[in-house]
Amino acid sequence: MSGFLAVLRRDLRLALSGGGEMLTLVLFFIIVGAITPFAVGPDRALLARIAPGVIWIAAFLAMLLGLDRLLRPDRDDGTLALYRRADAPLAAVLFAKVIAHWLTSALPLILAAPFLALILGMDMEAFWRTLLSLLLGTPALAAFGTFGAAITVAVRRGGLLAPILIAPLCVPVLIFGVGAIAPLGGPDQASAALLLLAALSLMATALSPFAAALAIDWGEE
Amino acid sequence: MTQRQVYPQILVKAEGLAIGHGETVLARNLSLSVGGGSGLLLRGPNGAGKSTLLLTLAGLLPALAGRVALEGSDAEDGPALHHCGHKNAVRPRLSVIETLAFWAALNGTTGLVPQAALERVGLGRMARLDAGYLSAGQQRRLVLARLLVSRRPVWLLDEPSAALDAQGHALLAALVDEHLAAGGLAIIATHDQTGFENLSTLTLDRAA
Repeated sequence: MSGFLAVLRRDLRLALSGGGEMLTLVLFFIIVGAITPFAVGPDRALLARIAPGVIWIAAFLAMLLGLDRLLRPDRDDGTLALYRRADAPLAAVLFAKVIAHWLTSALPLILAAPFLALILGMDMEAFWRTLLSLLLGTPALAAFGTFGAAITVAVRRGGLLAPILIAPLCVPVLIFGVGAIAPLGGPDQASAALLLLAALSLMATALSPFAAALAIDWGEE
Repeated sequence: MTQRQVYPQILVKAEGLAIGHGETVLARNLSLSVGGGSGLLLRGPNGAGKSTLLLTLAGLLPALAGRVALEGSDAEDGPALHHCGHKNAVRPRLSVIETLAFWAALNGTTGLVPQAALERVGLGRMARLDAGYLSAGQQRRLVLARLLVSRRPVWLLDEPSAALDAQGHALLAALVDEHLAAGGLAIIATHDQTGFENLSTLTLDRAA
């Protein structure tokens, strides 16, 4: 337990003192949303309709951007070898990594979402639903991301590989995430999508640390 | 520094061990047996497989053939060994004391408190300094402090004296002596024998 907390505290400390990496992610997130009106034209109705999807795409891309700093620096400086011989099980360490990843790359995006909602002209009702679906869905993205980072950590220059590997895993998250905001068939289906999203997040968060631990042990030949 | 907590009887044993990375075999048919209270020096030219042997003994690399056993350690107690590789695992932006406290939390706070360990390795006044500013030798000393904050009977040290000054060498030799006296064991890959004259030696030759 103390190992778990120590990893969490260390990662948060490094991220907060980290020379604006978090700010970069947030700016990227906002920029993706901000260029959308220029690309699709200033049609307010259209923008409001696609806004949930745009916010989800922006969040997805921004979270992929942070994947490479999740485990690679630890491998490069030898900390990963320490993790593998720590008292705390490797899966516990990686669970801490999932949480730290969510706190440092998903939470800031959620906090910045109001800016995007403003730029895209969303109404309040849709905005609150977007916030809720982001809160419920991004843990799954963080979990899949950690898994992807663990698979590719042994690969030199694998930085771009992880996003490609986990993209298919993240598709259901996007489907249900957007489905929970923009219901096609009435409010009943929106809540069903929300529940599925929560289930997906819980399952991914529970299983990915173990999968990631296996991937690291096997990856280091 | 008179803690005489004696470790349980422990034995590191390898039989018919072949080591290497994937297809590349660096050495084969290695056998060794090191008991508590004794140390082993690994010597040999660069590329002979000293580091690879240490990684294999630590279980961080799989053995290509043969087996490694750590007898007398209870798997319930977690890993019984410290492995100190080339990389110091020191990250800039964390202070020296934070780095050491992190290692202690990770490996179990079973030894000295971090500040005392820092005093022991001569970094007592650097506790608040960003660990990224430490020199190579000071980082090496910090790694030695990691051995002190969590008590584990087996030390696998890879070039521990690299970048250390004369006092650092003496410190290292003293730490290893204390560790052996307490019933621990140490396997040390080094090119520098000073201070370890009384340890037995295993020489690895570069595979032809």
